Amino acid sequence: MTDIRAGVFEAMPPRERERERVEAENRRLAAERKKIARDGPKLKGERLTARLDATWRRPPGIIGWLATVDHKEIGRRYILTALGFFVLAGILALIMRVQLGSPDNTLIGAERYNQLFSMHGSTMMFLFAVPVMEGVAVYIIPLMLGTRSTAFPRLNAFSYYMYLFGGLMLWIAFVLNMAPDLGWFEYTPLSGPQYSPGKHTDIWAQMVTYTEVAALAAAVVLVCTILKARAPGMTLARMPLFAWAMLVEGVMIIFAMPAVALVTTVLLIPDRLVGTQFFNAAEGGDALLFQHMFWFFGHPEVYIIFLPATGFVSVIVETFCRRPVFAHSVVVLALISTGILSFGLWVHHMFATGLPRVGYSFFTAASMSVSIPTGLQIFCWLATMWDGRPRFQVPMLYVVGFIVTFVIGGLTGVILAAVPLDLQLHDTYFVVGHFHYVLIGGAVFPLLGIFTYWYPKITGRMMDETLGKIGFWLVFIGFHTTFMPMHWMGMLGMPRRVYTYPAGLGLELPNLISTAGAFVLGLGALLFVLNGIVSLYRGAIAGPNPWDAASLEWATSSPPPVYNFEHIPVVESDTPLWDSDGELPVVTGLRVDEKEMLLTTVVAATPDVREPVPQASLWPFISACAVGIVFAASIFSAWAVPFGLIPCGIALIAWFWPKDMKRTPEPVIS
Amino acid sequence: MTIRSIVRVGLAPLLLGACQYQHYQSDFGAAAVEDRQFLALFWIFMGVCGFMYALVIVFLIAGVVRSRRAADANVVETGRHHQSSPLMRSTLIGWTALIGVGLAGLAIASFFADRSMARAATGEKLSITVTGNQWWWDVSYDSDDASKTMRTANELHLPVGVPTRIILKSADVIHSFWVPSLNGKQDLIPGRQNDITIVPRKIGIFRGQCAEFCGTQHARMSLVVIVEPYRDFIQWWDHQLQPAPAPTTPLTLAGYQYVTSGACGACHNIGGTPASGTVGPDLTHLASRRSLAAGTMPMSEGNLYGWVEDPQSLKPGVKMPTIGLEPDQLHAVVAYLETLK
Repeated sequence: MTDIRAGVFEAMPPRERERERVEAENRRLAAERKKIARDGPKLKGERLTARLDATWRRPPGIIGWLATVDHKEIGRRYILTALGFFVLAGILALIMRVQLGSPDNTLIGAERYNQLFSMHGSTMMFLFAVPVMEGVAVYIIPLMLGTRSTAFPRLNAFSYYMYLFGGLMLWIAFVLNMAPDLGWFEYTPLSGPQYSPGKHTDIWAQMVTYTEVAALAAAVVLVCTILKARAPGMTLARMPLFAWAMLVEGVMIIFAMPAVALVTTVLLIPDRLVGTQFFNAAEGGDALLFQHMFWFFGHPEVYIIFLPATGFVSVIVETFCRRPVFAHSVVVLALISTGILSFGLWVHHMFATGLPRVGYSFFTAASMSVSIPTGLQIFCWLATMWDGRPRFQVPMLYVVGFIVTFVIGGLTGVILAAVPLDLQLHDTYFVVGHFHYVLIGGAVFPLLGIFTYWYPKITGRMMDETLGKIGFWLVFIGFHTTFMPMHWMGMLGMPRRVYTYPAGLGLELPNLISTAGAFVLGLGALLFVLNGIVSLYRGAIAGPNPWDAASLEWATSSPPPVYNFEHIPVVESDTPLWDSDGELPVVTGLRVDEKEMLLTTVVAATPDVREPVPQASLWPFISACAVGIVFAASIFSAWAVPFGLIPCGIALIAWFWPKDMKRTPEPVIS
Repeated sequence: MTIRSIVRVGLAPLLLGACQYQHYQSDFGAAAVEDRQFLALFWIFMGVCGFMYALVIVFLIAGVVRSRRAADANVVETGRHHQSSPLMRSTLIGWTALIGVGLAGLAIASFFADRSMARAATGEKLSITVTGNQWWWDVSYDSDDASKTMRTANELHLPVGVPTRIILKSADVIHSFWVPSLNGKQDLIPGRQNDITIVPRKIGIFRGQCAEFCGTQHARMSLVVIVEPYRDFIQWWDHQLQPAPAPTTPLTLAGYQYVTSGACGACHNIGGTPASGTVGPDLTHLASRRSLAAGTMPMSEGNLYGWVEDPQSLKPGVKMPTIGLEPDQLHAVVAYLETLK
């Protein structure tokens, strides 16, 4: 046997040769390490920002646009796309209100109306409410936590494209008259192969799959960012309440969304496509199984939408009352307990299905108890106002509107939790009124407020205050005029999801008032959108911190540079910008020649790891296309799944192909 | 406090609106034991919830008013923003206790109302089976005596004061049986059997409607409920047991021949004739019913003409096809149907 490692080391014993080689390598790496550029006393100011900009900027052009992994760009696209869907679904709502404005109206036929309310509900729940919350968080959370990027930025990009494709598929189907027509819930057996021929239901089920994949991906990104990427010193106890809300929301998404993806993709589509019988009672399946699984997702979904909104409210209340939110830890515990309790109430959507009454009592108690943490949060915001000195600019107006409105929705929720009351009110317009109070009052009002609040951070300009106030009052008055009469309609016996109703039941007047209110609400929303567009060009220049707020996103310029912060800030209190005298302390030493971010420990947020951040890449986009094509094609043939997995696999392998197998000049762990 | 809070929640117009109508299809009908209990419980909930809402609004207003005056607020400008007032800390405990007590009270009230409704529902004297179909109700009056068992559709007669158990089944998708003036709703689920008990207290005519979305014509799936004195009820039942009267004029005879030999009999049953289909509503006493096509329109000669001629334009998507009858066939069919009293 001859030693193939012939050469200068041949004479040395093996162990010594190895040591020699390692030492030589280490010397070379040490020399290289000295040459690495980092931020710090030697590199600061304009020279630093120029280097950071060159490192973090994505490639130009359309390829770079598709390949970007910048959380701000992705967040912005998420928000704009979600708002686009919001406007479309809102227009559908106006058409429905016109149809219901008078009894026995023949403006829109039954089939078209059923498509309208199905599209409205599906779009609002799957394509607007959850994505817009995640979009805002994807933009703001890294800034608020004082870091340069989200965790897994490529997964973040993938998430956006999946969401976009799901939304496009649904709305293209609507234009082609193939839209879902069985509501946003699509109960079996109505949605089964026997009673729902055509592709309407499959389009809905696959749209859900796209958006669930997107939401899960974004949730993982957010949870990891919040737990690991906070600025040094931002312990869990000092973490802003919005980050807490998004953390709880992310964990809830991870537990809730698989249920609906499972029930649509794994059970309903096979029933329709390959003849399984999961929901067919005649073959030993069970129609109610669908409802259990749907609502196991569907009820937490409401809180998945609502919790980020409570985070918005906490942010606005803190800034505009000029003090941190009263009883920070109570609010945090309220968020967590709401998240946990929300998984134990789904049966209150099924009180009329004839399940055992003992179980109903449990779900009544559980449904009522969720109002305890929510009531505590409301108290904490009110106490903050009491102890502070609120300034009633537009964001704060929306918070007041939120409290006045949402509490009604919460209380009608308590009414609906009681079985004897729910059996009358269930599936009537009372419920429609109730959940619009919860979802518009509880989530859209804070969203509009936070939009006005973070608009200067995102665009660099302020939204117009006067237009904003007029818009607020139109939205507020329009909202109550639209949805208050719906409680009344429900009590007068008007069921949900009807394309018309007969004259003579007393339903004419409330429906007419509601329709009139819907147009006022629509006008307010239009004014808000116009304000957003006009202010982009004519708004006052904002500067880094126009509201004199306390959290870290206001420590950088507006709009933020591509690398977010010149140096990573260090946090010493829960209101860092209020407690530092002008300059925040910083940590230095991150590389500027490569994209790098600082990870900290989960609880105490002490510096832990310097983590390389991936470059822009087209592969997330290509992977999303490949996966999207499989989902869309599987509507038509089961064979799309095995054959479609091949391009998916290729795209994913390319995405995760290791870039560099050599040792890096320095260990990543510091 | 209750009244004020109701006004605050904006339900005052609800009361006014509810008073103007005959409670034909309304939770305010209170025409049965169950709906009365519902209303009592509802007002308890409204009172408690209204009180809590009033507290929130008062606190909100107080906070706004105070903030305009207070110079010593715990804010950034005074440097005391990390402090909070002891008053708020003790109020927080009180608030938590109040929510807890309020919710416990409501949960207990709800529990007892539920049990008392369940008790009222025992000891039923009459059993009716209602089967949901897209988009009509099949009604069958059960009796131990097989000759007394009777089928009709889209119309329910109930004797006043008699606890009646309604067995709920579905022939296709999920529907929900709901007559607001009498009781809450129960779902009709394929492969399962539910039931609901009603103890009617008021004589009158009420309207019920499917409350679970069941497809294209979910909106036009209603039923008429007639609560009548026991004697009238028995009379009605006996009448419904009769077979359809034989045609007496040439025109009705022509109609009879078309209906029983043509397309109609394949789906519809007319007692005492060869028409014995079961997938459509029973027509034996069609003309004695108050409405047509599951409450789509009132029963009248004109509506019968319209319906038989072109059901698809009056209730698009309905399972009954537009056959395209010749005018003389149409006259004959309608004339015959009108004899089915």
